[in-house]
Amino acid sequence: MEQRSGLAPGGLSPEDIAAKIKEKFPSGVTVTSVAPHRVFAKADRGALLQLCNFIKDSLNFEHVSCVGGVDWPAENKMQTVYHITSYANCATLEVVVDLPRDKPEVDSITPLWGGANWHERETYDMFGIVFLGHPKLERILNPEGTEVFPFRKDFVTGRRV
Amino acid sequence: MAEMWINMGPQHPMTHGLWNLRVKIDGETITEAEPVVGYLHRGWEKLTEHRMYPQIIPMADRLCYGASMSWSHLYCLTAEKLMDIECPERAKYIRTIVLEAQRIGSHLMWLAALGTDLGSYTIFLYPMRERELFLDLMQNLCGARMTYNYPRIGGVRNDVPANFERDFTRVLNHFEKKLKDYEALCDESTIFRMRTEGVGMLTPEDAKNLGVTGPNLRGSGVDYDIRRDDPYDAYPDIDFNVCTRDGCDAFSRYRVRIDEMYESCDIIRQAIKKMPEGPHRLKPPRNAPKGKSAWAHVEDPRGEGLMYIIGNGDDKPYRLKVRSPIFVTVSASPVMLKGYKVADVPSIMGSVDMCLGETDR
Repeated sequence: MEQRSGLAPGGLSPEDIAAKIKEKFPSGVTVTSVAPHRVFAKADRGALLQLCNFIKDSLNFEHVSCVGGVDWPAENKMQTVYHITSYANCATLEVVVDLPRDKPEVDSITPLWGGANWHERETYDMFGIVFLGHPKLERILNPEGTEVFPFRKDFVTGRRV
Repeated sequence: MAEMWINMGPQHPMTHGLWNLRVKIDGETITEAEPVVGYLHRGWEKLTEHRMYPQIIPMADRLCYGASMSWSHLYCLTAEKLMDIECPERAKYIRTIVLEAQRIGSHLMWLAALGTDLGSYTIFLYPMRERELFLDLMQNLCGARMTYNYPRIGGVRNDVPANFERDFTRVLNHFEKKLKDYEALCDESTIFRMRTEGVGMLTPEDAKNLGVTGPNLRGSGVDYDIRRDDPYDAYPDIDFNVCTRDGCDAFSRYRVRIDEMYESCDIIRQAIKKMPEGPHRLKPPRNAPKGKSAWAHVEDPRGEGLMYIIGNGDDKPYRLKVRSPIFVTVSASPVMLKGYKVADVPSIMGSVDMCLGETDR
Protein backbone atom coordinates (compact mmCIF):
# COMPACT_ATOMS: atom_id res chain seq x y z
CA MET A 1 0.00 0.00 0.00
CA GLU A 2 1.32 3.42 -0.87
CA GLN A 3 2.10 5.46 2.18
CA ARG A 4 0.67 8.95 2.38
CA SER A 5 2.77 11.30 4.47
CA GLY A 6 1.35 13.91 6.85
CA LEU A 7 -0.20 16.09 4.14
CA ALA A 8 -2.01 14.81 1.09
CA PRO A 9 -0.92 16.13 -2.32
CA GLY A 10 -2.74 19.33 -3.08
CA GLY A 11 -3.68 19.83 0.56
CA LEU A 12 -3.66 23.23 2.19
CA SER A 13 -1.32 24.05 5.06
CA PRO A 14 -2.80 25.61 8.22
CA GLU A 15 -1.29 28.95 7.16
CA ASP A 16 -3.08 28.74 3.80
CA ILE A 17 -6.35 27.92 5.51
CA ALA A 18 -5.94 30.86 7.89
CA ALA A 19 -5.13 33.19 4.96
CA LYS A 20 -8.19 32.05 2.99
CA ILE A 21 -10.50 32.50 5.96
CA LYS A 22 -9.08 35.97 6.61
CA GLU A 23 -9.53 36.89 2.97
CA LYS A 24 -13.11 35.68 2.84
CA PHE A 25 -14.17 37.12 6.19
CA PRO A 26 -12.59 40.55 6.77
CA SER A 27 -14.96 40.95 9.72
CA GLY A 28 -16.93 38.52 11.84
CA VAL A 29 -14.21 35.86 12.04
CA THR A 30 -10.81 36.32 13.71
CA VAL A 31 -8.04 33.78 13.26
CA THR A 32 -6.26 33.83 16.60
CA SER A 33 -3.36 31.47 16.03
CA VAL A 34 -1.98 28.74 13.81
CA ALA A 35 -0.06 25.63 14.84
CA PRO A 36 0.97 22.48 12.96
CA HIS A 37 -2.27 20.78 11.84
CA ARG A 38 -4.31 23.31 13.79
CA VAL A 39 -6.04 26.64 13.16
CA PHE A 40 -7.72 28.55 15.97
CA ALA A 41 -10.45 31.09 15.30
CA LYS A 42 -13.20 33.08 16.96
CA ALA A 43 -16.41 33.79 15.12
CA ASP A 44 -19.43 36.02 15.66
CA ARG A 45 -22.74 34.32 16.15
CA GLY A 46 -24.05 35.63 12.83
CA ALA A 47 -20.98 34.61 10.84
CA LEU A 48 -20.77 31.00 12.03
CA LEU A 49 -23.01 29.42 9.44
CA GLN A 50 -21.37 31.34 6.57
CA LEU A 51 -17.95 30.29 7.85
CA CYS A 52 -19.03 26.66 8.05
CA ASN A 53 -20.48 26.73 4.56
CA PHE A 54 -17.27 28.25 3.26
CA ILE A 55 -14.91 25.77 4.89
CA LYS A 56 -17.10 22.85 3.89
CA ASP A 57 -17.51 23.84 0.24
CA SER A 58 -14.18 25.50 -0.52
CA LEU A 59 -11.65 24.15 1.96
CA ASN A 60 -12.65 20.46 2.17
CA PHE A 61 -13.56 20.32 5.83
CA GLU A 62 -15.66 17.18 5.86
CA HIS A 63 -15.75 16.04 9.47
CA VAL A 64 -17.02 17.55 12.72
CA SER A 65 -14.82 16.25 15.50
CA CYS A 66 -16.57 17.92 18.38
CA VAL A 67 -19.11 20.51 19.45
CA GLY A 68 -19.10 21.55 23.06
CA GLY A 69 -20.35 24.27 25.33
CA VAL A 70 -18.75 26.36 28.06
CA ASP A 71 -20.54 28.45 30.66
CA TRP A 72 -19.00 31.73 31.84
CA PRO A 73 -21.42 33.24 34.37
CA ALA A 74 -18.87 35.84 35.55
CA GLU A 75 -18.72 37.36 32.09
CA ASN A 76 -22.41 36.70 31.47
CA LYS A 77 -21.75 34.65 28.37
CA MET A 78 -21.75 31.14 27.04
CA GLN A 79 -19.55 29.67 24.39
CA THR A 80 -19.89 26.95 21.83
CA VAL A 81 -16.63 25.40 20.71
CA TYR A 82 -16.38 23.61 17.38
CA HIS A 83 -13.57 21.35 16.22
CA ILE A 84 -13.94 20.75 12.51
CA THR A 85 -11.46 18.50 10.71
CA SER A 86 -10.37 18.30 7.11
CA TYR A 87 -9.22 14.85 6.03
CA ALA A 88 -7.77 16.24 2.80
CA ASN A 89 -5.71 18.95 4.52
CA CYS A 90 -4.99 16.98 7.72
CA ALA A 91 -5.92 20.05 9.72
CA THR A 92 -8.45 20.87 12.41
CA LEU A 93 -10.11 24.24 12.83
CA GLU A 94 -11.24 25.31 16.27
CA VAL A 95 -14.01 27.89 16.23
CA VAL A 96 -15.19 29.59 19.42
CA VAL A 97 -18.50 31.43 19.34
CA ASP A 98 -19.64 33.71 22.18
CA LEU A 99 -23.33 33.77 23.05
CA PRO A 100 -25.23 35.98 25.49
CA ARG A 101 -26.08 34.00 28.61
CA ASP A 102 -29.67 35.19 28.84
CA LYS A 103 -30.45 34.11 25.29
CA PRO A 104 -28.03 31.34 24.26
CA GLU A 105 -29.02 30.66 20.67
CA VAL A 106 -26.83 29.78 17.74
CA ASP A 107 -27.33 28.37 14.26
CA SER A 108 -27.12 24.61 14.05
CA ILE A 109 -24.45 23.10 11.79
CA THR A 110 -26.22 19.73 11.66
CA PRO A 111 -27.70 20.47 8.20
CA LEU A 112 -24.11 20.67 6.94
CA TRP A 113 -22.52 17.81 8.88
CA GLY A 114 -24.67 15.03 10.31
CA GLY A 115 -21.88 14.25 12.76
CA ALA A 116 -22.75 17.37 14.75
CA ASN A 117 -26.27 16.13 15.46
CA TRP A 118 -25.77 14.37 18.77
CA HIS A 119 -23.05 16.77 19.93
CA GLU A 120 -25.47 19.66 19.59
CA ARG A 121 -28.21 17.69 21.28
CA GLU A 122 -25.87 16.96 24.16
CA THR A 123 -24.82 20.60 24.43
CA TYR A 124 -28.49 21.60 24.56
CA ASP A 125 -29.12 18.89 27.13
CA MET A 126 -26.30 20.01 29.40
CA PHE A 127 -26.17 23.78 28.90
CA GLY A 128 -29.53 24.77 27.45
CA ILE A 129 -27.91 26.29 24.38
CA VAL A 130 -30.52 26.32 21.61
CA PHE A 131 -29.33 25.30 18.15
CA LEU A 132 -31.62 26.91 15.60
CA GLY A 133 -32.49 24.60 12.74
CA HIS A 134 -31.53 21.39 14.54
CA PRO A 135 -33.75 18.49 13.41
CA LYS A 136 -34.37 17.02 16.86
CA LEU A 137 -33.31 19.15 19.79
CA GLU A 138 -34.27 16.91 22.71
CA ARG A 139 -32.75 15.52 25.85
CA ILE A 140 -30.23 12.80 25.09
CA LEU A 141 -28.15 11.77 28.10
CA ASN A 142 -30.47 13.10 30.80
CA PRO A 143 -33.91 11.53 31.06
CA GLU A 144 -36.81 13.14 29.28
CA GLY A 145 -38.55 15.65 31.48
CA THR A 146 -35.40 16.91 33.22
CA GLU A 147 -35.89 20.57 33.96
CA VAL A 148 -32.34 21.65 34.76
CA PHE A 149 -29.21 22.15 32.69
CA PRO A 150 -26.65 20.38 34.88
CA PHE A 151 -23.38 21.53 33.33
CA ARG A 152 -24.11 25.20 33.91
CA LYS A 153 -21.86 26.64 36.58
CA ASP A 154 -24.77 27.83 38.71
CA PHE A 155 -26.17 24.29 38.98
CA VAL A 156 -25.67 23.15 42.56
CA THR A 157 -24.29 19.63 42.50
CA GLY A 158 -25.68 17.36 45.16
CA ARG A 159 -29.12 18.93 45.35
CA ARG A 160 -32.21 16.95 44.52
CA VAL A 161 -33.60 17.79 41.12
CA MET B 1 -48.45 -5.94 7.37
CA ALA B 2 -48.48 -3.02 9.75
CA GLU B 3 -45.18 -1.53 10.75
CA MET B 4 -44.19 -1.73 14.37
CA TRP B 5 -41.50 -0.54 16.73
CA ILE B 6 -39.30 -3.05 18.56
CA ASN B 7 -37.06 -2.18 21.48
CA MET B 8 -33.75 -4.02 21.25
CA GLY B 9 -32.46 -3.13 24.68
CA PRO B 10 -31.70 -1.83 27.26
CA GLN B 11 -31.34 -5.47 28.27
CA HIS B 12 -30.61 -7.43 25.14
CA PRO B 13 -27.76 -9.78 24.16
CA MET B 14 -26.98 -7.60 21.14
CA THR B 15 -26.34 -4.36 23.00
CA HIS B 16 -22.99 -4.96 24.79
CA GLY B 17 -23.77 -2.44 27.44
CA LEU B 18 -26.80 -0.52 28.46
CA TRP B 19 -28.47 1.15 25.54
CA ASN B 20 -31.62 0.78 23.57
CA LEU B 21 -31.95 0.37 19.84
CA ARG B 22 -35.48 1.09 18.70
CA VAL B 23 -36.13 -0.34 15.28
CA LYS B 24 -39.24 0.09 13.17
CA ILE B 25 -39.88 -2.99 11.11
CA ASP B 26 -42.04 -3.84 8.17
CA GLY B 27 -42.23 -7.61 8.31
CA GLU B 28 -38.57 -8.44 8.82
CA THR B 29 -37.13 -5.36 7.16
CA ILE B 30 -35.91 -2.39 9.18
CA THR B 31 -37.43 0.82 7.90
CA GLU B 32 -36.31 3.15 10.67
CA ALA B 33 -33.99 2.97 13.65
CA GLU B 34 -33.40 5.16 16.64
CA PRO B 35 -30.62 4.53 19.14
CA VAL B 36 -31.38 5.67 22.69
CA VAL B 37 -28.39 6.24 24.98
CA GLY B 38 -27.89 7.80 28.38
CA TYR B 39 -28.54 4.88 30.72
CA LEU B 40 -24.93 5.00 31.92
CA HIS B 41 -24.61 8.78 32.22
CA ARG B 42 -22.51 9.65 35.24
CA GLY B 43 -21.86 13.34 34.64
CA TRP B 44 -18.20 12.58 34.08
CA GLU B 45 -17.40 16.00 32.67
CA LYS B 46 -18.98 17.77 35.62
CA LEU B 47 -17.19 15.45 38.08
CA THR B 48 -13.82 16.47 36.69
CA GLU B 49 -14.51 20.11 37.53
CA HIS B 50 -14.25 19.17 41.19
CA ARG B 51 -11.06 17.10 40.95
CA MET B 52 -7.39 18.05 40.85
CA TYR B 53 -5.60 17.33 37.60
CA PRO B 54 -3.84 14.10 38.70
CA GLN B 55 -7.07 12.80 40.24
CA ILE B 56 -8.73 12.76 36.84
CA ILE B 57 -6.34 10.15 35.42
CA PRO B 58 -7.93 7.11 37.13
CA MET B 59 -11.35 8.56 36.30
CA ALA B 60 -10.38 8.69 32.64
CA ASP B 61 -9.56 4.99 32.83
CA ARG B 62 -13.20 4.32 33.61
CA LEU B 63 -14.42 5.96 30.42
CA CYS B 64 -13.93 2.68 28.63
CA TYR B 65 -12.86 -0.46 30.40
CA GLY B 66 -11.84 -2.05 27.10
CA ALA B 67 -9.41 0.70 26.14
CA SER B 68 -8.68 2.47 29.40
CA MET B 69 -5.04 3.16 28.54
CA SER B 70 -5.91 5.23 25.53
CA TRP B 71 -8.37 7.40 27.51
CA SER B 72 -6.06 8.16 30.40
CA HIS B 73 -3.32 8.79 27.87
CA LEU B 74 -5.54 11.20 25.95
CA TYR B 75 -6.30 13.07 29.16
CA CYS B 76 -2.60 13.32 30.04
CA LEU B 77 -1.75 14.47 26.52
CA THR B 78 -4.36 17.23 26.71
CA ALA B 79 -3.28 18.30 30.19
CA GLU B 80 0.33 18.46 28.97
CA LYS B 81 -0.74 20.81 26.21
CA LEU B 82 -2.64 22.93 28.70
CA MET B 83 0.35 23.14 31.04
CA ASP B 84 2.73 23.62 28.14
CA ILE B 85 5.07 20.76 28.97
CA GLU B 86 6.41 17.96 26.85
CA CYS B 87 7.05 14.52 28.21
CA PRO B 88 10.50 12.88 27.91
CA GLU B 89 11.41 10.86 24.81
CA ARG B 90 11.49 7.55 26.63
CA ALA B 91 8.01 8.10 28.01
CA LYS B 92 6.74 8.79 24.49
CA TYR B 93 8.00 5.41 23.33
CA ILE B 94 6.63 3.58 26.35
CA ARG B 95 3.26 5.21 25.73
CA THR B 96 3.32 4.20 22.09
CA ILE B 97 4.02 0.59 23.05
CA VAL B 98 1.30 0.38 25.67
CA LEU B 99 -1.20 2.15 23.42
CA GLU B 100 -0.68 -0.38 20.68
CA ALA B 101 -0.86 -3.26 23.15
CA GLN B 102 -4.11 -1.71 24.33
CA ARG B 103 -5.35 -1.46 20.77
CA ILE B 104 -4.71 -5.17 20.25
CA GLY B 105 -6.41 -5.99 23.53
CA SER B 106 -9.42 -3.88 22.64
CA HIS B 107 -9.72 -5.32 19.14
CA LEU B 108 -9.48 -8.83 20.58
CA MET B 109 -12.30 -8.11 22.96
CA TRP B 110 -14.32 -6.75 20.06
CA LEU B 111 -13.64 -9.88 18.01
CA ALA B 112 -14.70 -12.06 20.92
CA ALA B 113 -17.91 -10.07 21.30
CA LEU B 114 -18.61 -10.34 17.59
CA GLY B 115 -18.08 -14.08 17.89
CA THR B 116 -20.80 -14.45 20.51
CA ASP B 117 -23.08 -12.18 18.48
CA LEU B 118 -22.75 -14.41 15.47
CA GLY B 119 -23.03 -17.61 17.44
CA SER B 120 -19.48 -18.88 17.13
CA TYR B 121 -18.18 -19.81 20.53
CA THR B 122 -14.71 -20.50 19.14
CA ILE B 123 -14.37 -16.93 17.86
CA PHE B 124 -15.23 -15.86 21.38
CA LEU B 125 -12.80 -18.16 23.18
CA TYR B 126 -9.69 -17.84 21.05
CA PRO B 127 -9.33 -14.03 21.13
CA MET B 128 -10.16 -13.97 24.84
CA ARG B 129 -7.38 -16.49 25.43
CA GLU B 130 -4.81 -14.37 23.60
CA ARG B 131 -6.08 -11.15 25.15
CA GLU B 132 -5.09 -12.62 28.49
CA LEU B 133 -1.44 -12.57 27.38
CA PHE B 134 -1.65 -8.84 26.76
CA LEU B 135 -3.37 -8.30 30.08
CA ASP B 136 -0.50 -10.18 31.70
CA LEU B 137 2.01 -7.90 30.00
CA MET B 138 0.13 -4.88 31.27
CA GLN B 139 -0.08 -6.34 34.73
CA ASN B 140 3.64 -6.86 34.68
CA LEU B 141 4.05 -3.23 33.66
CA CYS B 142 1.71 -1.47 36.04
CA GLY B 143 0.00 -3.96 38.29
CA ALA B 144 -3.51 -3.72 36.88
CA ARG B 145 -5.30 -5.79 34.31
CA MET B 146 -7.89 -3.39 32.96
CA THR B 147 -7.92 0.05 34.54
CA TYR B 148 -4.25 0.82 34.45
CA ASN B 149 -3.84 4.34 35.86
CA TYR B 150 -0.46 4.28 34.13
CA PRO B 151 0.09 7.47 32.07
CA ARG B 152 0.92 10.59 34.01
CA ILE B 153 0.89 14.27 33.12
CA GLY B 154 4.50 14.58 31.99
CA GLY B 155 5.32 10.95 31.32
CA VAL B 156 4.34 7.55 32.64
CA ARG B 157 4.12 6.29 36.21
CA ASN B 158 7.02 3.86 36.25
CA ASP B 159 9.74 2.66 33.95
CA VAL B 160 9.38 -0.65 32.17
CA PRO B 161 10.01 -3.78 34.26
CA ALA B 162 12.87 -6.21 33.78
CA ASN B 163 12.56 -8.48 30.73
CA PHE B 164 9.99 -6.12 29.21
CA GLU B 165 11.47 -6.48 25.75
CA ARG B 166 11.78 -10.25 25.96
CA ASP B 167 8.22 -10.73 27.20
CA PHE B 168 6.71 -8.48 24.57
CA THR B 169 8.65 -10.13 21.76
CA ARG B 170 7.60 -13.58 22.90
CA VAL B 171 3.95 -12.64 23.16
CA LEU B 172 3.94 -10.89 19.79
CA ASN B 173 5.59 -13.81 18.02
CA HIS B 174 3.07 -16.19 19.55
CA PHE B 175 0.16 -13.83 18.90
CA GLU B 176 0.87 -13.29 15.21
CA LYS B 177 0.61 -17.02 14.63
CA LYS B 178 -2.68 -17.13 16.49
CA LEU B 179 -3.98 -14.15 14.54
CA LYS B 180 -3.67 -16.23 11.39
CA ASP B 181 -5.91 -18.80 13.07
CA TYR B 182 -8.60 -16.21 13.69
CA GLU B 183 -8.42 -15.09 10.11
CA ALA B 184 -8.86 -18.65 8.93
CA LEU B 185 -11.66 -19.16 11.39
CA CYS B 186 -13.60 -16.12 10.19
CA ASP B 187 -12.63 -15.62 6.57
CA GLU B 188 -13.19 -19.22 5.63
CA SER B 189 -16.39 -19.63 7.56
CA THR B 190 -19.35 -19.49 5.22
CA ILE B 191 -21.69 -18.53 8.04
CA PHE B 192 -19.47 -15.68 9.18
CA ARG B 193 -19.14 -14.31 5.67
CA MET B 194 -22.83 -14.64 4.88
CA ARG B 195 -23.72 -12.72 7.99
CA THR B 196 -21.19 -9.93 7.54
CA GLU B 197 -20.63 -9.46 3.82
CA GLY B 198 -22.86 -6.89 2.18
CA VAL B 199 -24.69 -5.86 5.34
CA GLY B 200 -24.42 -2.55 7.15
CA MET B 201 -23.32 -0.59 4.11
CA LEU B 202 -21.90 2.82 4.94
CA THR B 203 -20.72 4.84 1.95
CA PRO B 204 -17.55 6.93 2.35
CA GLU B 205 -19.59 10.13 1.91
CA ASP B 206 -22.00 9.15 4.67
CA ALA B 207 -19.18 7.98 6.91
CA LYS B 208 -17.39 11.32 6.63
CA ASN B 209 -20.49 13.44 6.95
CA LEU B 210 -21.90 11.53 9.90
CA GLY B 211 -18.64 11.78 11.83
CA VAL B 212 -17.83 8.07 11.87
CA THR B 213 -14.15 7.62 12.74
CA GLY B 214 -11.51 5.00 13.32
CA PRO B 215 -11.70 1.45 11.95
CA ASN B 216 -15.32 2.01 10.94
CA LEU B 217 -14.29 4.94 8.75
CA ARG B 218 -11.37 3.05 7.26
CA GLY B 219 -13.67 0.13 6.57
CA SER B 220 -15.49 2.53 4.25
CA GLY B 221 -12.29 3.20 2.34
CA VAL B 222 -11.39 6.62 3.76
CA ASP B 223 -7.65 6.83 4.25
CA TYR B 224 -7.30 8.79 7.47
CA ASP B 225 -5.55 7.92 10.69
CA ILE B 226 -4.68 10.46 13.36
CA ARG B 227 -1.57 8.48 14.25
CA ARG B 228 -0.20 9.36 10.82
CA ASP B 229 -2.02 12.56 9.89
CA ASP B 230 -1.72 14.46 13.17
CA PRO B 231 0.92 12.41 14.96
CA TYR B 232 1.52 12.47 18.70
CA ASP B 233 4.02 10.76 21.01
CA ALA B 234 6.50 8.57 19.12
CA TYR B 235 4.33 7.92 16.07
CA PRO B 236 6.20 10.40 13.80
CA ASP B 237 9.32 8.20 14.06
CA ILE B 238 7.53 4.97 13.33
CA ASP B 239 6.84 3.55 9.91
CA PHE B 240 3.47 1.87 9.57
CA ASN B 241 0.64 1.42 7.13
CA VAL B 242 -2.89 2.68 7.53
CA CYS B 243 -5.23 -0.21 6.86
CA THR B 244 -8.25 0.53 4.72
CA ARG B 245 -10.84 -1.59 2.97
CA ASP B 246 -13.25 -0.53 0.26
CA GLY B 247 -16.11 -2.90 1.01
CA CYS B 248 -18.01 -0.43 3.25
CA ASP B 249 -19.78 -3.37 4.96
CA ALA B 250 -19.48 -5.18 8.26
CA PHE B 251 -16.93 -7.57 6.80
CA SER B 252 -14.64 -4.69 5.79
CA ARG B 253 -14.78 -3.27 9.27
CA TYR B 254 -13.80 -6.68 10.61
CA ARG B 255 -10.91 -6.93 8.11
CA VAL B 256 -9.61 -3.46 8.99
CA ARG B 257 -9.35 -4.42 12.64
CA ILE B 258 -7.54 -7.68 11.89
CA ASP B 259 -5.08 -5.81 9.65
CA GLU B 260 -4.61 -3.19 12.35
CA MET B 261 -3.61 -5.85 14.85
CA TYR B 262 -0.79 -6.95 12.53
CA GLU B 263 0.29 -3.31 12.16
CA SER B 264 0.18 -2.84 15.94
CA CYS B 265 2.54 -5.78 16.41
CA ASP B 266 4.88 -4.12 13.94
CA ILE B 267 4.65 -0.74 15.69
CA ILE B 268 5.41 -2.29 19.08
CA ARG B 269 8.49 -4.07 17.67
CA GLN B 270 9.78 -0.86 16.12
CA ALA B 271 9.13 1.18 19.24
CA ILE B 272 10.89 -1.35 21.48
CA LYS B 273 13.89 -1.26 19.17
CA LYS B 274 14.04 2.55 19.05
CA MET B 275 13.24 3.23 22.71
CA PRO B 276 15.93 5.59 24.08
CA GLU B 277 17.34 5.66 27.60
CA GLY B 278 16.52 8.52 29.91
CA PRO B 279 13.93 9.71 32.40
CA HIS B 280 10.39 8.39 32.03
CA ARG B 281 8.61 11.23 33.80
CA LEU B 282 8.96 14.87 34.68
CA LYS B 283 7.32 16.90 37.38
CA PRO B 284 4.33 18.75 36.00
CA PRO B 285 3.10 22.09 37.32
CA ARG B 286 0.28 21.85 39.83
CA ASN B 287 -1.86 24.60 38.36
CA ALA B 288 -2.94 25.52 34.86
CA PRO B 289 -3.24 29.09 33.58
CA LYS B 290 -6.63 30.76 33.95
CA GLY B 291 -8.74 30.91 30.83
CA LYS B 292 -6.26 29.01 28.69
CA SER B 293 -7.71 26.22 26.61
CA ALA B 294 -6.07 23.23 24.98
CA TRP B 295 -7.25 20.23 23.05
CA ALA B 296 -5.78 17.03 21.69
CA HIS B 297 -7.12 14.14 19.73
CA VAL B 298 -5.85 10.59 19.41
CA GLU B 299 -6.65 7.48 17.46
CA ASP B 300 -8.51 5.47 20.05
CA PRO B 301 -9.13 1.78 19.16
CA ARG B 302 -12.71 2.85 18.39
CA GLY B 303 -12.07 6.09 16.54
CA GLU B 304 -11.20 9.68 17.22
CA GLY B 305 -11.04 10.53 20.90
CA LEU B 306 -10.80 14.23 21.66
CA MET B 307 -10.54 16.20 24.86
CA TYR B 308 -10.82 19.94 25.33
CA ILE B 309 -9.72 21.49 28.63
CA ILE B 310 -9.97 25.03 29.96
CA GLY B 311 -7.72 25.97 32.90
CA ASN B 312 -8.95 27.97 35.85
CA GLY B 313 -5.73 29.31 37.38
CA ASP B 314 -5.87 26.67 40.12
CA ASP B 315 -5.41 22.91 40.31
CA LYS B 316 -8.84 22.01 38.90
CA PRO B 317 -10.03 22.34 35.32
CA TYR B 318 -12.77 24.85 34.54
CA ARG B 319 -14.26 22.65 31.86
CA LEU B 320 -13.31 19.33 30.34
CA LYS B 321 -15.13 18.17 27.25
CA VAL B 322 -14.78 14.65 25.89
CA ARG B 323 -15.54 13.58 22.37
CA SER B 324 -16.29 9.92 22.36
CA PRO B 325 -15.97 8.12 19.02
CA ILE B 326 -18.78 5.66 19.64
CA PHE B 327 -21.19 8.38 20.76
CA VAL B 328 -21.04 9.73 17.21
CA THR B 329 -20.83 6.37 15.46
CA VAL B 330 -23.96 5.09 17.17
CA SER B 331 -25.80 8.21 16.01
CA ALA B 332 -24.96 7.09 12.47
CA SER B 333 -26.28 3.56 13.02
CA PRO B 334 -29.75 4.23 11.46
CA VAL B 335 -28.00 4.75 8.12
CA MET B 336 -26.22 1.41 8.46
CA LEU B 337 -29.33 -0.44 9.60
CA LYS B 338 -31.98 0.81 7.21
CA GLY B 339 -33.09 -1.76 4.68
CA TYR B 340 -31.58 -4.79 6.37
CA LYS B 341 -33.31 -7.55 8.31
CA VAL B 342 -33.72 -7.75 12.06
CA ALA B 343 -31.36 -10.73 12.06
CA ASP B 344 -28.61 -8.49 10.63
CA VAL B 345 -28.71 -6.10 13.59
CA PRO B 346 -26.24 -8.08 15.75
CA SER B 347 -23.64 -8.31 13.00
CA ILE B 348 -24.02 -4.65 12.00
CA MET B 349 -23.91 -3.26 15.53
CA GLY B 350 -21.30 -5.85 16.48
CA SER B 351 -19.02 -4.64 13.70
CA VAL B 352 -19.19 -1.10 15.11
CA ASP B 353 -17.53 -2.05 18.44
CA MET B 354 -19.87 -0.44 20.95
CA CYS B 355 -18.63 0.84 24.28
CA LEU B 356 -21.18 2.51 26.49
CA GLY B 357 -18.88 3.85 29.18
CA GLU B 358 -17.45 6.42 26.83
CA THR B 359 -20.71 7.02 24.98
CA ASP B 360 -22.67 8.12 28.01
CA ARG B 361 -19.77 9.45 30.06
